[in-house]
Amino acid sequence: MRDPLNKIVTEIKPSGIRKFFDIVSEMKDAISLGVGEPDFDTPWHIREEGIYSLEKGRTFYTSNAGLAELKEEICHYLKRRFGLSYNPAKETLVTIGGSEAIDIGLRAMLDPGDEVLIPQPSYVSYLPCVTLAGGVPVVIELKAENEFRLTKQEVLDAVTEKTKVLIMPFPNNPTGSIMTREDLKEIVDVVLEKDLFVISDEIYSELTYGGNHVSIAEFPGMKERTVVINGFSKSYAMTGWRLGYAAGPENVITQMVKIHQFAIMCAPTTSQYAAVEALKNGDNDVQMMRGEYDKRRRYVVNALRGMGLGCFEPMGAFYVFPDIRGTGMTSDEFANRLLQEQKVAVVPGTAFGDCGEGFLRISYAYSIENLKIALGRIENFVKKCR
Amino acid sequence: MEDRNNEQLKEAVLRAIDKNAKLSTKDLAIMLGYTEDEVVAAVAEMEADSVICGYPTLINWDKTSRERVTALIEIKVTPQRGQGFDKIAERIYRFDEVESVYLMSGGFDLTVIIDGKSMREVANFVSGKLAPMEAVLSTATHFVLKKYKEHGIPLVSEVEDERMLITP
Repeated sequence: MRDPLNKIVTEIKPSGIRKFFDIVSEMKDAISLGVGEPDFDTPWHIREEGIYSLEKGRTFYTSNAGLAELKEEICHYLKRRFGLSYNPAKETLVTIGGSEAIDIGLRAMLDPGDEVLIPQPSYVSYLPCVTLAGGVPVVIELKAENEFRLTKQEVLDAVTEKTKVLIMPFPNNPTGSIMTREDLKEIVDVVLEKDLFVISDEIYSELTYGGNHVSIAEFPGMKERTVVINGFSKSYAMTGWRLGYAAGPENVITQMVKIHQFAIMCAPTTSQYAAVEALKNGDNDVQMMRGEYDKRRRYVVNALRGMGLGCFEPMGAFYVFPDIRGTGMTSDEFANRLLQEQKVAVVPGTAFGDCGEGFLRISYAYSIENLKIALGRIENFVKKCR
Repeated sequence: MEDRNNEQLKEAVLRAIDKNAKLSTKDLAIMLGYTEDEVVAAVAEMEADSVICGYPTLINWDKTSRERVTALIEIKVTPQRGQGFDKIAERIYRFDEVESVYLMSGGFDLTVIIDGKSMREVANFVSGKLAPMEAVLSTATHFVLKKYKEHGIPLVSEVEDERMLITP
């Protein structure tokens, strides 16, 4: 029999998170700080709107690019938060989470051999999505001494004639790093000079502490060459609803809609109705959740520093990325032993790229009580290892 | 500037302990980004000003063996010259059985919430103490059958964390 499988797919490495997940799942009484999703339930008024849409029998397809009302609300949001003006009919697309938008954005833009710059540590799907789209992933290794921000020089060092797209994964999962307006300005200069396009994954845009998120599309000349990706999972605690969106130049969005209509048809109708409510009346919920995360963030950073694990102050998302190099263990060893000896699950930094070696991702999307217990156990472990 | 900062600190402390008075001042200081001394001073100031009036515990008595009934009583009263409703409200809230007293707008004047050991005890209190007061014109007693949520916290059992242990 012939091999039924596609070579590109079979050669893609399975996600490092998956491997660790299998180990953790075996352990029944483990406390996890390994989750990449909010601990809050979706606010009730949003869930209630989803339920109401079902009761009203709104169980049909929507138009391919999404409900007109939702696209309008998305454009209102992008306008009021970032001053970005998009045409809801032509420049926005509602997708199955931010993940689909990343995938089809790359597929719409890449020709075989086009290079894509991927700053790492970052979300696990960029690299395989580039490969699957026929592109060539080029990893930029972000550095701890820069607090895992992307610098102009790093982009210049990685750029070639074949570079077409730069992925901007900020606020960042797993490091919690953000890019300020000044940081972005430098990157914008290179992007314009080298005629690159940007896929900006801003799924954590509502979760920044100490200042509002800045979108790279806000800079003059950038809206035309940026696909902004965002969604409802993190800001409104709606991960399971699977709803995200892309906003960008009409020519790119049109081709993304084409792929989306053949592959997906449309995002789930119930989720879209709930999302309209989220954007219309969800600001207070976002503020409440951000406030809670902020308290936990300070608590976790303080506790980690107290036990001698260095970490910069993460200003976004809900992760802390402590440096464990002082323990002499690799990320994998640390995470595995911590799990076996103290029954606490954290994710090795290497799950988000090789340059995550020496670091761990600790999620603070947990109650303070939970964090207290888990951090106490981590402290015991670190003391024993010294 | 100093004052505003203090006001912000106080509000942040109140919001945090409103749902969890058990947080230590040390933890509060870390979580809110102030020093412990600043938090201790703010709490002391708010206690002195009766902004913080106490630290009661939210107990779900239904889960204990102790019998307890709660009643909500609507009362119509005659306001007294020169003192409005305050005097009669005080005469009512001084009873130990009385949990809360609110002055209401609308069809009646005072809402009185009473905790008692039994319905009989509540009934005796209403008929023996409340109703006969000179200023009280009428009472309507409603017994609470089940408490679902109090002080923003659901009393029915919460669902467990159903998230997968590790997600990207």
